[in-house]
Amino acid sequence: MGVDVAFWIFAILGVIAAIGVVAVKNLFRAALSLVLCFFTVAGIYGSLSADFMAIAQVLVYMGAISVLIIFAVMLTKDVRSGNPFNRAWPWAFVVCAALMGLLIFVFQDTSWGTIDASQVEAVNTVTEGESTTGAIAGSIFDKDSGFLLPFEISAALILAAVIGAIALVRDK
Amino acid sequence: MDVGLTHYLILSAILFSIGLFGTLSKHNAIGVLMCMEIMLNAVNIAVVAFSRYLVEDTVLLTGHVFALFVIVVAAAEAAVGLAIVITYYRDRETVDVEKADSMKG
Repeated sequence: MGVDVAFWIFAILGVIAAIGVVAVKNLFRAALSLVLCFFTVAGIYGSLSADFMAIAQVLVYMGAISVLIIFAVMLTKDVRSGNPFNRAWPWAFVVCAALMGLLIFVFQDTSWGTIDASQVEAVNTVTEGESTTGAIAGSIFDKDSGFLLPFEISAALILAAVIGAIALVRDK
Repeated sequence: MDVGLTHYLILSAILFSIGLFGTLSKHNAIGVLMCMEIMLNAVNIAVVAFSRYLVEDTVLLTGHVFALFVIVVAAAEAAVGLAIVITYYRDRETVDVEKADSMKG
């Protein structure tokens, strides 16, 4: 029951924060609203018993990406124009409302099945309520069914992104 | 009402649509990037919810690993994207995406 209450609180707060990101005129306040949205997503992960994901969300999104975005807002501060909508916003609104209606209809109409625990490899599962942190490490670094190559590639990707960002903004 | 997979998927759909609307309807490039982060978060919610509800009373970790890779790519995207925005601002003194039209035919 407590998890259900947590879900509703975080879901409503998250949707309000996301609307705030789009609707607030002041870009800095929109960035703060985005931080609240990230936090509610971390809470949603917590209600899905994904503890490591919740911590990673707080560290990476609330810690790093929000600071990056706030720095960018400060460095390019354009007080006059703020954060307005462009000419095409009514069309965008219609398309996005239609997409949302379609997705909600499909999600409610589909009968989502479950599979038996014997059909998945034991290294990729954790009993409900236990910590997922060590098990995620076991799942990534497993010899047979692991994700070692994507893990190494993501390290190279981060390095390339850091070098690219420095090369882009450095003074010529 | 019991909260189940459908609730998480609908939350994900709502957040994704809000993010898509912001991405399509903003003048400010940083506002567009912020709305893209909302979209990536919405997708991650759906992935983690599937990995929680696919097997009864068990958390499937493949979805968590996938969502972690999405976070990694989102971090790289934010770093490079904001660097591009700052370079563009230095060059043009504006962050309006509609003024970035020098490659328009």
